[in-house]
Amino acid sequence: MNVLEINDLVKHYGQVRAVDGLSLSVGQGEVLGLVGESGSGKSTVGKCVLRLTEPTSGSIRLGGADITHLSRRAMRPLRRDVHMVFQDPYSSLNPRFTIERIVAEPLLRHGIARGRAAGERVAAMLEQVGLRPEMRSRYPHELSGGQRQRVGLARALILEPKLVVADEPVSALDVSVQASVLNLITDLQREMGFSCLFVTHDLSVVEFLADRVAVMYLGRIVESGPTARIFAEPRHPYTQALLSAAPVADPVRQRERRRIVLGGDVPSPVDPPSGCRFHTRCPLAYEECRTREPVLADPREGGHPVACHLVTADHTPDATAAR
Amino acid sequence: MTEAPAPPSAAEAPPRRGAARAWRRFRRRPMPMTGLVLVAGFLLLAIAGPLATGDPAAQDYAATLAPPSGAHPLGTDDLGRDALARVAHGAQVSLQAGVLSTLLAMAAGIPIGLVAGFYRRWLDPVVMRLVDVTLAFPFLVFAVGLAAIIGPSLKGVVLALGFSQLPAVIRITRGEVLSIREMDYVSAAVADGASDGYIMLRYVLPNCAAPLIVQATVAIPAAIIGEATLSFLGLGVQPPTPSWGVMLTTAQQYLDVAPWLAIWPGLMIALATLGFNLLGDGLRDVLDPRSGR
Repeated sequence: MNVLEINDLVKHYGQVRAVDGLSLSVGQGEVLGLVGESGSGKSTVGKCVLRLTEPTSGSIRLGGADITHLSRRAMRPLRRDVHMVFQDPYSSLNPRFTIERIVAEPLLRHGIARGRAAGERVAAMLEQVGLRPEMRSRYPHELSGGQRQRVGLARALILEPKLVVADEPVSALDVSVQASVLNLITDLQREMGFSCLFVTHDLSVVEFLADRVAVMYLGRIVESGPTARIFAEPRHPYTQALLSAAPVADPVRQRERRRIVLGGDVPSPVDPPSGCRFHTRCPLAYEECRTREPVLADPREGGHPVACHLVTADHTPDATAAR
Repeated sequence: MTEAPAPPSAAEAPPRRGAARAWRRFRRRPMPMTGLVLVAGFLLLAIAGPLATGDPAAQDYAATLAPPSGAHPLGTDDLGRDALARVAHGAQVSLQAGVLSTLLAMAAGIPIGLVAGFYRRWLDPVVMRLVDVTLAFPFLVFAVGLAAIIGPSLKGVVLALGFSQLPAVIRITRGEVLSIREMDYVSAAVADGASDGYIMLRYVLPNCAAPLIVQATVAIPAAIIGEATLSFLGLGVQPPTPSWGVMLTTAQQYLDVAPWLAIWPGLMIALATLGFNLLGDGLRDVLDPRSGR
């Protein structure tokens, strides 16, 4: 059974259609990379899963239980199994609590351990995330960004949850620190076997740790599939554009690559374009794209789902060839 | 010798935390300690002073407006009353007016601001409009009305001053809560399944403390002066009960013949203001783990 199942999720903030009919699932022990530009609604998805914000419609199932409209009280026991790692390590730790207290909070909340027993579990968890035991009595402001994010990880993992929602957990860190935190996340994921919804805008991060990728554009998924496949043969013009924009470490190859430069900004989610939401920026858009909305489906046997009129059983569009 | 004992490291020292930690940090700072000494001194003056000095209402018509002397170390006022005795007795009234009214405003205003800022929805605009109405209501009219109902007394002064401070306390608290509740650590607590009450008390309120402490240190001296205003208008403590504010207002008339009458209560108010400010700043700093150790 899938650990997380989202069906046709909609979240509107007033006029803003942050998430507009999104479906995805995360299997047991699987890492799903949810990729998108800023404003694509990817963080909102994470917040809905944690019920930090109320979904407008659709359904969210955690391990089979429908949590879409559960009351806070009914939600409480289920919170044991799902935790979140936040983007900004400077605002995600209560400045008035010691590190020990911060990491122990989930234990106390769910009545799992307290006092000395809680202290021991915290110490063990801190060791697992690579923090020295003396960090326990420190306060968040005494730690570096990378150390704080390790604390955030320790808090998210201390209850050994089934699902971790990681909302851009390394994008606020220095590049040199990013790698070590990413390595830590992969190691812990292998050791503990939790499923992970990894929200990010950084493709190289996704390639590094995700089993599957879902690409989001303006509140919807435009393409999803196994990481290797998406990176080897992206089918949606948007995915192709994203991949072509990510720099390659080899300067010779980088210079030879044909890049797709998307014009303009992401359209406003208050008034998304008609038809295919990407048609305003798509180099290959034709008449049908403006009027008819493509569905996320796999047109080819054994391929992966993509939402584009141009993708057919025997044709994959090549946005790099346009213009 | 088989094994050398590990050198003591910072890690093995018992973690400094809570009140003990705060006190250690407090003690090492000269300014907060000065404030603490001043405030403690005033409390001592208010408690022990009246016992040690004579009757503040006893009149000595042989020595009216007398300069400081052996019999009257701080001089006498226009009715020949001992300034020292009056300063000592006045400490009681003035400190009560300052501290109690501020405590009252904090006790009522912080919960209101906390709940309004945390829940928002319909509650926040309702509370804020009520606060606006309160602000628009003239303080003196309220004080006169209150005095008419419960009679002019220290109790009325404390209530009136406390009420006048309420809007500021509610606004400050609410403003801080609005920004703190958007922090990720509050979301993290929600994601843990913490209750609203727990989040408000352990996550939101402690992080709003700094501006409230500053507000209190400003409000206490202001209330001491405010008591003088009310008493001057006959709405506060009644003669012959002394307060620093009353002494100061009477002294104005004799400033050219007996300047010491203004100096003593003025000095007391200034020192009390300084003491509460230094103490408040110190408290704000040591209660915030982010400030240096």
